[in-house]
Amino acid sequence: MRDVAIIGSGVTKFGELWEKSLADLVAEAGISAIMDAGIDGTDIDAMYIGGMSAGRFVGQEHLGALAAEVSGLSELHIPSTRVEAACASGGLALHSGYLAVASGMYDTVIVGGAEKMTDVAGKEATNILASAADREWEAFFGATFPGLYALLARYHMHKYGTTPEQLAAVAVKNHHNGSMNPKAQYRREITIEDVLNSTMVADPLHLLDCSPITDGAASAVITSVEKAKEYTDEIIKIKASAQASDSISLAGRSRFDALPATIEAAKRAYKQAGIEPSDIDFAEVHDCFTIAEIMAIEDLGFFKKGEGGKAAEEGLTALDGEIPINTSGGLKSKGHPVGATGIAQIHELLLQLRGKADKRQIEKAEIGLAHNVGGSGGTAVIHILEAI
Amino acid sequence: MGIARYWREIPQRYNLIGTKCGSCGRVYFPPKAICPVCRRKSIGKMEEYKLKGTGTVETYTIIYTPPPHFEGEEPYAIALIKMDEGCYLMGEIVDCDFEDIHIGMKVEACFRRIEEDGTRGAIQYGYKFKKAE
Amino acid sequence: MEKVGIVGYGAYVPRYRIKAEEIARVWGKNGKSISAGLGVYEKSVPSMDEDTATISVEAARRAIKFSGVDPKEIGAVYVGSESHPYAVKPTATIVGEAIGATPDMTAADYEFACKAGTAAIQTCMGLVKSDMIKYGMAIGADVSQAAPGDALEYAASAGGAAYIIGKDNIIAEINETVSYTTDTPDFWRREGEPYPGHGERFTGEPAYFKQVLSATKKLMDKMGTKPSDYDYVVFHQPNGKFPMRAAKRLGFSKEQVEEGLLCPVIGNTYSGSTMIGLSAVLDVAKPGDRILATSYGSGAGSDSFDITVTDKIEGYPRNNIRKMIENKVYVDYALYMKYRGEFK
Repeated sequence: MRDVAIIGSGVTKFGELWEKSLADLVAEAGISAIMDAGIDGTDIDAMYIGGMSAGRFVGQEHLGALAAEVSGLSELHIPSTRVEAACASGGLALHSGYLAVASGMYDTVIVGGAEKMTDVAGKEATNILASAADREWEAFFGATFPGLYALLARYHMHKYGTTPEQLAAVAVKNHHNGSMNPKAQYRREITIEDVLNSTMVADPLHLLDCSPITDGAASAVITSVEKAKEYTDEIIKIKASAQASDSISLAGRSRFDALPATIEAAKRAYKQAGIEPSDIDFAEVHDCFTIAEIMAIEDLGFFKKGEGGKAAEEGLTALDGEIPINTSGGLKSKGHPVGATGIAQIHELLLQLRGKADKRQIEKAEIGLAHNVGGSGGTAVIHILEAI
Repeated sequence: MGIARYWREIPQRYNLIGTKCGSCGRVYFPPKAICPVCRRKSIGKMEEYKLKGTGTVETYTIIYTPPPHFEGEEPYAIALIKMDEGCYLMGEIVDCDFEDIHIGMKVEACFRRIEEDGTRGAIQYGYKFKKAE
Repeated sequence: MEKVGIVGYGAYVPRYRIKAEEIARVWGKNGKSISAGLGVYEKSVPSMDEDTATISVEAARRAIKFSGVDPKEIGAVYVGSESHPYAVKPTATIVGEAIGATPDMTAADYEFACKAGTAAIQTCMGLVKSDMIKYGMAIGADVSQAAPGDALEYAASAGGAAYIIGKDNIIAEINETVSYTTDTPDFWRREGEPYPGHGERFTGEPAYFKQVLSATKKLMDKMGTKPSDYDYVVFHQPNGKFPMRAAKRLGFSKEQVEEGLLCPVIGNTYSGSTMIGLSAVLDVAKPGDRILATSYGSGAGSDSFDITVTDKIEGYPRNNIRKMIENKVYVDYALYMKYRGEFK
């Protein structure tokens, strides 16, 4: 297994992009990543694209071939694969590409993720997202996706005393970060009161505790560390690429105050990288709901189990905190085009590691972690990147 | 949900028929083909097992924005329930004021209408839970 | 001849109630005088996720649980209702599956307005007496419909009762049953129409009283009995007044009617009416008590039953229906409409 590096990335604007189709988004992100990497399309050996449900959002399956066509690479007949792990599709696309390069099978691979969610009505989009949950035994009986995380939130509040204000603090922080991200869907700051006064979606989660419905795409180019030196002096190495699964349904879990898939993937990632959680400078975590970020920073080992809420409240995860979390604005403010999120997280890591995060640049950015989750925790994919 | 798919799961939805591992005795719902703990040792030993229908609330939420098939019924409560047999399942809590629902509340299964396939399609029944008498 | 009778029973009434005064408020009527006039003060309202099938299952499961009958020995299930969830597809098979009686049973749905459940009891009696089956289950259940603003709205309610008929372990023997049936158009609902039509004042004399009194008199003639031979009498209860008037005209006392009269507090459960009333009586009856029960439906018929309670009633878990209906929550007219699915 050889070392793998990321040499470029790109994201589209995230938001309700009425004028852009799924194909438009895929092309835009891919081209921008290729330009950022400084490679030519003909340098690419393979493509991996993550997308949760293009079949239901826009009636389109076979995304691998679609991506090959819009990228102009179908004429070179490059192998192109669509991967799916609900909201972790993007992270899984990178993990798949990583395996291809690390194994020596392919040299330079482009990975991406995209989702076009606004061509269907909001209610239908919500119904499609529920397929990340257990359709037969959860969704059929009335559970919604926010409902599943609300169940986890209430459990966490009951067991550890986490408060609605602490949940809201996560959203406030992420909106603050997102206000400085020109690609973010929502760029306005909000207050704790705004969150607590917003419509209740599934008790205790309010509207502003939940990430939005978003269109968007992201892409990254990876190659071996050796080959990367041909393109750049700033080598961003993938120190770890780890994946773990768990039951799709909450009822099948071994615990409800954490996502065991995250805990396992994190253990594997830290082992691969040969580091501890305390070595991580900053992280993009999967805040599909505010409670998800609180559980994530505990499960990733940044804070003790049960203390995630307090950490958010006390500003420990702010831009100037001891471990900045979601400097991009997170899924909450940046937006959550499901398949794209995992790669968009990688894009933020790259910006920070290269010192290009502008107003949101954190001081110490040498090792970053991206945490991407599918459904209510059925899949977790974690990447650790280091500027070497 | 298609007719065949609905019909296939009637034993589960009407009567909470799960499986019990003949090797370790653990009960699973919905039914499992093999026991995740015993794995190979459980092959061919998974027996049909009817849950009693009683359990306690592990966690719950009140849904205010329903999925399409529950429109018009919001708000309603759903819960993750620990059945007396040790396995968990998810269901709606009915006939209980929201303020009375609490973690640890004892519940028992009842038979209710879950959804219908428009006005011409089939009606789908299944389990929901009420506070135990 | 071997005796046939009730081996088990169970009744179910939904939790929600709306007061007659609240309904009157919406239509600008005098609620107090309407309740007093009808003898109906509040009625049961089904939840959005309840229907005749779910109510039948709850009643049936209670009957099974309390009687201890093995569902696999039930050879027939009949559900009588005028609000079956499907126009075509039996409620009886949903119940059969939900109690574990399938596949070795026969089943069908009955309709005879409010009398369908007692017709089912008669059928089960025949099947049991002829040894075609060991136990039969007869259910009368409804989520009754009434057009908003119609007089029926004050009483049309939801509920059901299930009876297991057999020869073994009888808790109440059915000594005899007679029926009086004519084609009297008092109450009907056309296919595809959501609400029934009814003959207003015609509902009294030529309809309810004619059938109920005739069937009851015929039964007492056949049995050679007088009203004072009975400890309890149960009549179909479209309101709180008709059963009392029927009782008076036949020579029964108020006290004989009271125990089985639930209409004032749960309304008219249509196919469940007589059968739930009977269950309230069985809940308190003592061995040797004699009960007369007469149902009525659609203008057109009454089934009358002469019942004697046996010793075995003492071992039967009881006082269930009055306890159940005490557990209630009031709703206003808006929630009432929501629960009836008017806004879906």
